Amino acid sequence: MLTKAEVEHVALLARLDLSDEEKERYTTQLAKILEYAKILDELDTADVSPTAHVLPLQNVFRPDRVGPHLPAEDVVGNSPDEEDGFFKVPRIF
Amino acid sequence: MNGYEAVIGLEVHVELKTDSKIFCHSSTAFGGAQNRQVCPVCLGLPGTLPVLNRQVVEYGIRVALALNCEVARFCKFDRKHYFYPDLPKNYQISQYDLPLAYDGHLDFRTDDGEQHRCRIVRVHMEEDAGKLIHRNENAKAPYALVDYNRTGVPLLEIVSGPDIRSAEAARAYLVELKTVIQYTGVSDCKMEEGSLRCDANVSVRPRGSEVLGTKTEIKNLNSFRAVHKALDYEIKRQISVYEAGGRVVQETRSWDEEKGVTVPMRSKEEADDYRYFPDPDLVPLVISQSWIDKIQQDLPELPEARRRRYRKEYGLSAYDAQVLTMFRETAEYFEECVRLYPHPKTVANWVMGDLARLLNAEQVEIGDCRVRPGQLAALLRLIDAGTISGKIAKEILEEMFASGKDPQAVVAEKDLVQITDADTLGTLVDEVLANHPGPVQDYRQGKTKALGFLVGQVMKATRGKANPALVNALLKEKLDR
Amino acid sequence: MPLKLYDLTAHELRELLTRREVSATEVCRAVFERLAEVEGTVQAYITLDRAGALARAEEVDRDLRAGRDLPLLAGIPFAIKDNICTRGLATTCASRMLHNFVPPYDATVIEKLNAQRAVIIGKTNMDEFAMGSSTEHSAYFTTRNPWAPDRVPGGSSGGSAAAVAAGTAVCALGSDTGGSIRQPAAFCGVVGMKPTYGLVSRYGLVAFASSLDQIGPLTRDFTDCALVLNAICGPDERDSTSAPGGTGDYTAFLLDDVRGLRLGLPREYLGDGLDEGVRRIVLEAAAVFAQRGAHVEEVTLPHTEYALPTYYLIAPAEASSNLARYDGVRYGYRAPVTGDAVDMFKATRSRGFGAEVKRRVMLGTYALSAGYYDAYYLKALKVRTLIRRDFEQAFEKFDLLLAPTTPEPAFRIGDKTEDPIKMYLSDMFTLAVNLAGLPAVSLPGGFLDGLPVGIQLIGKPFAEGTLLRAGYAFQQTTDHHRRQPALTGEILHAAGGGSPKDENGSLFPGEGRR
Repeated sequence: MLTKAEVEHVALLARLDLSDEEKERYTTQLAKILEYAKILDELDTADVSPTAHVLPLQNVFRPDRVGPHLPAEDVVGNSPDEEDGFFKVPRIF
Repeated sequence: MNGYEAVIGLEVHVELKTDSKIFCHSSTAFGGAQNRQVCPVCLGLPGTLPVLNRQVVEYGIRVALALNCEVARFCKFDRKHYFYPDLPKNYQISQYDLPLAYDGHLDFRTDDGEQHRCRIVRVHMEEDAGKLIHRNENAKAPYALVDYNRTGVPLLEIVSGPDIRSAEAARAYLVELKTVIQYTGVSDCKMEEGSLRCDANVSVRPRGSEVLGTKTEIKNLNSFRAVHKALDYEIKRQISVYEAGGRVVQETRSWDEEKGVTVPMRSKEEADDYRYFPDPDLVPLVISQSWIDKIQQDLPELPEARRRRYRKEYGLSAYDAQVLTMFRETAEYFEECVRLYPHPKTVANWVMGDLARLLNAEQVEIGDCRVRPGQLAALLRLIDAGTISGKIAKEILEEMFASGKDPQAVVAEKDLVQITDADTLGTLVDEVLANHPGPVQDYRQGKTKALGFLVGQVMKATRGKANPALVNALLKEKLDR
Repeated sequence: MPLKLYDLTAHELRELLTRREVSATEVCRAVFERLAEVEGTVQAYITLDRAGALARAEEVDRDLRAGRDLPLLAGIPFAIKDNICTRGLATTCASRMLHNFVPPYDATVIEKLNAQRAVIIGKTNMDEFAMGSSTEHSAYFTTRNPWAPDRVPGGSSGGSAAAVAAGTAVCALGSDTGGSIRQPAAFCGVVGMKPTYGLVSRYGLVAFASSLDQIGPLTRDFTDCALVLNAICGPDERDSTSAPGGTGDYTAFLLDDVRGLRLGLPREYLGDGLDEGVRRIVLEAAAVFAQRGAHVEEVTLPHTEYALPTYYLIAPAEASSNLARYDGVRYGYRAPVTGDAVDMFKATRSRGFGAEVKRRVMLGTYALSAGYYDAYYLKALKVRTLIRRDFEQAFEKFDLLLAPTTPEPAFRIGDKTEDPIKMYLSDMFTLAVNLAGLPAVSLPGGFLDGLPVGIQLIGKPFAEGTLLRAGYAFQQTTDHHRRQPALTGEILHAAGGGSPKDENGSLFPGEGRR
């Protein structure tokens, strides 16, 4: 069911570079997990609404107020590469 | 274009002018130093969570109602996934299958005076991305710098139906959309600052066909002019492709302002698959009728309604109504003047004429104008009362515009009260007649034009203060005697 | 027998501190001495903060000397799972991806512990990004079970559980997405509670699966559990999913009385796949409750077998989204590559994430991708509803459910790493609770061949008080929780040990601290 081509497509979506060995392994393992997940099809869920949240919360808001910003040194403090307070990245495509 | 018809839909992004961002308390102010308006949440630091700014919903509903939309009673936020360095979480919090509002419309008028209606398919809320600055683009080691200040600024995406049929109509739709949104007070809609952004979907088909042609998406439309020119270009390009027997490729193209062409955007390997799913960090939004009603009540009268009223109640021309309603502040200024001085046409002439000229010359917004509506009305009443002439009134307006003084004060200070006393003027008229025997003779020989010269001399002697009608009458009386 | 400060509970230490019989500094030093003895074997911590811990302890002592009233957890040594953000102290999620990440902010629970003046000893090992059941998926090293160093401590909060069991912390915080507090608590013989979803703020907890994650306490008994829960629970305006309303004082539920409590024994949790010895211990526990006056009866949760596949669609889907932000731009690891941003993203993520994380990101990305969303993710959300309803129906008749925490006691290191599904099955009794958002606690129920066995109590939403009451009463009748592992001063260097830590305990000297 799950093909190597699909695994390669998913890897691209997830921005992962997989070695051939990884592709093989994930194809097998993911197929096995998805096969296992097929038991859910035994259940008729046509009239069941999905649960995205377990708590019945709604309309949680914050007021439109400006709070403190992160100090400059903390903004780029963890950055692998920065320049003049900007985050520096390789060229875009 | 003969034989073809364009089908255009516009996706407009509007930045809402809340104080803080949509999901955190960082400032939305434009133009701050790089990465100085960020916090752990909008930087997407591990462990941080979004909390919705209530004002964004309020503003969103305002726009939705102004665009005649149904407001959803239940909506939610979804994550839209794509990797890009200006997107800190590599997903954008947006709305997918349950947008804030849907099924609206916008009426607008093209320059040829024709009235149009375009459907609004949906209005939804989302967060903006950061900004990329490309460096060394054509050099050996290109790289990019990222500024996340704009990340998380609230956006409304407004998607039109494919109802627009020309580049001019697209421009006019956008102008009207901007006007309506500015009326609601939720955005500055400055295309030059990016607070109003537009992408266009365009295709062409043989006139009369019901089938849609292959569409292209045009990006990088940074001004109303660009929208017009880019669409004009793209429509012609697609037609010429068909004329040459070719096929239009479905793709995203970018408008190159300098060259005046649209070009395909480079894209890398990827098929779009945004993997939307409900954001588990945010809870659903349930919008009550009473909330909607409250916002509806607080909406100002919208431009189209105002235009109709100006034509009907005030008897103004369609053109005047259009100009006066272009900005809410102008319309409100105009109406306040009319309330105090109920001669709409006169007020319209002054607001669109002398006042507009002064505002333009000094680059002042009407909201900041030092001549308040009450003062303009007072000025106009001074003319009616014969206290000043229309010509002097223009001078007085300039002084009022500069100083903010009341017209009466300017008149008194500068001794500009009109001379309407027949005895005073009679003496002056006699002097002028005595000093200019030539023109007097000309007049009496039937060259009535000479009268104008003589009037001018009297006006000159009074520095313009003489009542022109009275001067005219006195001169004629004495000359014809 | 000389008093071993590190073996006491928080409430016992509190007594000694307020009576000025010991100082917070002495307690803190005792824990660091214990670390010196046993950490080489247990390897519970990724980062130690000796300087910060001692500074806090000294502060507490100054206030004690000045006769000031102090919060109940003042001076108590805590271990914090390394996916909870601590300002200025590395928070790595046991991932190469965040090996040098130093948060510029504190998680809400850390702010709350700081307000309590608790002493934070360090950050504990875990499975990378909390994905795993053994700490074998840590990018750094595997933590050892203090009861048997050739066995896993459980996971993903294995370091926190092992620290509490080994005496290298008195209390700990962990996080539980599918059993990650309860399963290691069971394996290490301590009390581990997963609160109701929304009771404890998730702000500052590095997200794995947002709709399932909860922070909770790992402690030596139920009094400590109540004290820690009191300290960390409550609404938080920075977490939209945190439950509104006050919570009261959980210590009020510490009553040695379970009379009239209705306990359900879910049939599906006592069937296939359960170790016979574990089953016996659960039934013995049921007998203890019955003998103390509770009504115990069998109950059915018919959708139990679907919980595991449901969980393994929902959790990876959310994880694939939550982990998208690790791209080498703003923080953490960046792979050195020449090329464009996409090349950098791919290299960074491929080298920064371990195998289990990549496996789940792949699975989750697939489950959310076009054409499969309805079949997998949406289907799982619907089955989630059925699983919730099972519990709702059971709780119409029962106050609590009693079940095993795990199918078997701690397994040997390396036993399950080859087969992901085998590993996933060790969470089969804990996953459904997260899907339903319920509170549950694992507590020591007995021993098998010298290994602790956990029993699990599951409650109605926000019924943590009932869990505390039942657990407290159980511990008044039994003494499993008083047994301690025979980890003495001798250092048992197990094979394949991890990297030595520097004086301040960082794995990466010179990194991880600002």
